Amino acid sequence: MELSSLPAGTYFNLVPWVVFFPLIGLVLNLILTNRASEKVYGIIASLASGVSFIIASLLLLSLNKHPEAVVVPFAEWINVGNLYIQWAFRVDTLSVTMMMVVAGVGTLIHVYSIGYMHEDVRIQGDPSRYSRFFIFLNLFIVMMMVLVSAESYLMTFVGWEGVGLCSYLLIGFWFEKGKDGDGNAIAAKKAFLTNRIGDFGFITAMFLMFGIFGSLDFSTIFTAARAGAVDAAPWILLALNLFLLLAVTGKSAQVPLFVWLPDAMAGPTPVSALIHAATMVTAGVYLVARSSPLFALHPAAGTVVAVIGAVTALFAATIALGQYDIKKVLAYSTISQLGFMVAAVGMGAYVAGIFHLVTHAFFKALLFLSSGSVIQGVEFGHHHAPHDAHASHGEEFDPQDMRNMGGLRIRMKTTFWVYLIGALALAGIPPLAGFFSKDEILTYASEHNPLVLVMLVTAAFLTAFYMGRQVWLVFFGHPRSDAAEGAKESSAVMTIPLIILAALSIVGGALNLPKIELLGHWLEHTILEAHHVTFSMVVAGISVAVALGGILFAWFFYGRKPLSVSQADPLARLLGPLFKAFERKWWVDEIYDVIFLTPYKDTSQLLAQPVDQGLVDGAVNGMGKLTSVFSRVFRAMQNGRVRVYALYMMIGVAAIMGYLILR
Amino acid sequence: MVPLSYYLALSAIMFILGTFGVVSRRNPIVMFMSLELMFNAANLAFVAFARYYNMLNGQIFVFFVMVVAAAEVAVGLALIVVIFRNRHNIDVDEMNTLKE
Repeated sequence: MELSSLPAGTYFNLVPWVVFFPLIGLVLNLILTNRASEKVYGIIASLASGVSFIIASLLLLSLNKHPEAVVVPFAEWINVGNLYIQWAFRVDTLSVTMMMVVAGVGTLIHVYSIGYMHEDVRIQGDPSRYSRFFIFLNLFIVMMMVLVSAESYLMTFVGWEGVGLCSYLLIGFWFEKGKDGDGNAIAAKKAFLTNRIGDFGFITAMFLMFGIFGSLDFSTIFTAARAGAVDAAPWILLALNLFLLLAVTGKSAQVPLFVWLPDAMAGPTPVSALIHAATMVTAGVYLVARSSPLFALHPAAGTVVAVIGAVTALFAATIALGQYDIKKVLAYSTISQLGFMVAAVGMGAYVAGIFHLVTHAFFKALLFLSSGSVIQGVEFGHHHAPHDAHASHGEEFDPQDMRNMGGLRIRMKTTFWVYLIGALALAGIPPLAGFFSKDEILTYASEHNPLVLVMLVTAAFLTAFYMGRQVWLVFFGHPRSDAAEGAKESSAVMTIPLIILAALSIVGGALNLPKIELLGHWLEHTILEAHHVTFSMVVAGISVAVALGGILFAWFFYGRKPLSVSQADPLARLLGPLFKAFERKWWVDEIYDVIFLTPYKDTSQLLAQPVDQGLVDGAVNGMGKLTSVFSRVFRAMQNGRVRVYALYMMIGVAAIMGYLILR
Repeated sequence: MVPLSYYLALSAIMFILGTFGVVSRRNPIVMFMSLELMFNAANLAFVAFARYYNMLNGQIFVFFVMVVAAAEVAVGLALIVVIFRNRHNIDVDEMNTLKE
């Protein structure tokens, strides 16, 4: 499509700037590193992200006038044989929705980070890394924008890898810290390597697509897929969808590749909020929604996706019950909520999935950022507590352990209220955002897949329960450590983004109210397979009942009689070994270790020691030895005596002559 | 008339003697002399064949060989003189510095 054919009076040609403004911010900060003050880095990065948000808003306005998808070509990228790929930007309702979330939530988190990282670099003891953090954060926005604005799968993959890289860099931001001095680095590696498995799926899916459709462009593929002009066996289409699903399970932390996300909490908390809750991990959901015409090609594909999502939702929710680390609870909760979204898009409820993606971005970013505020409050209390008190512990104090908290309601008022809003939104209490989006998914499940419905409702119950547990453990009762006793509220630069996010978590449901369906009608232009939700009083009733039931249970265990110092979790006493299983994450890491890692390491060892050092090195060294043996023989001939050389010459001539005469 | 085979036999004997001299002697001057013997063995064969076939080519070739041999000896002797000045010794077995 030519640039000149863009509809008049719109801002579509501004779309490259959603990528390039964060890039400019990144480069500025790179140049200014070690030359400016912390405020400057933070403001540049936040502005870069903010301008990106403004441009996304302009695109939104333009789409309002002209809702059909627009492709803005930017540069030729690959032109080999019949593979022609250009870097083109796709502006449609889905990509702009994602841009709004990424840039919007991203900007708030940038602002929050100005305050959070100011403290964090001092707690961790290396203030010179302040600018680096914002450079990585801007790079993440760049890559995420590339991902959502791409017009071809290959370009999406560029963003997909780019955000993976940022995730790696930011999880390992304090790479010399963590368990045994390399815990964070190992967590970063784990995230990166686990994602490689998903990337394998993505790449294979792209090969299949190119084989089937002869192109990687969205428009070409989707037009062909919608027209039914697909020349491939059904099992190939199924394989294509399942490879895409593998990519999704990697990036969106679904069963079986979810193990990296909890460990990713080693990164600074704003990173957990931005990358590992609000945006990057939802890329998988976006991918499925984007590929909806492909998933429509094979009936079984979507069901597999839905079941994977539902299993993940339930499985992760049980683990969240048994966690003590405030961020780990939220991490498993994120996996669980991603399961909801994946289940939704798998069933074909694309609008519900994206809706939940948006509201989840609000309240999960809010929860993570508030937990960061809590952690820093407790950290502050720890550093200002009387020294003899915590010297007696002997062991390392963990400011993220909920058993060390309690009673923060009074000490951190703003944080408490926003956290409560986030928790209620997540639990699905009307009229907060989470209720509407979750209800839409459940309603759709009730119409299409009862098995998924049962799993999701159970997961919803557990969600309400573990959030209730967390709120009561962290904010109610009496402080269970001197650190919690001395906790203080965070600065305004941190609390204001929290308040904005809390407001969004309250009103976010308005995006797609039943009957009005703002988001539904908006996405209709992109996702032709979009559905219309029928509001079901029964499902809504069940949804609210399980949410309230979960909270009631949480109150029964944790609220009625607050946990006291060094008292075991009441749930542990009740459930015994089952709770142990929750706490130890069903031993998934250990099982993977036995099934995959140990055989892998053994194989590597085998290949390294006997095979490589023995066989391969033996062959190479053997060649060398052979040469040296031969050369020892021939070296004796070259003794430096001219007469001997003359003799050789004679013999040679005689031999040649003899041959010529006698042949 | 002496048959051709006699000339050739003499030529072969001279050549072998020359070869033996080159290989067995350590004095480069003697080696040069042996070399001349080999040249002359070849020359003898040339001349004998020229006469036998009644062609002048062989005779002319001998002149070339003589000229080249003279030039070669001139260069060779010059080298020997230089080596002797440097090393006070012209034993060819001592000249093995190119071995390594």
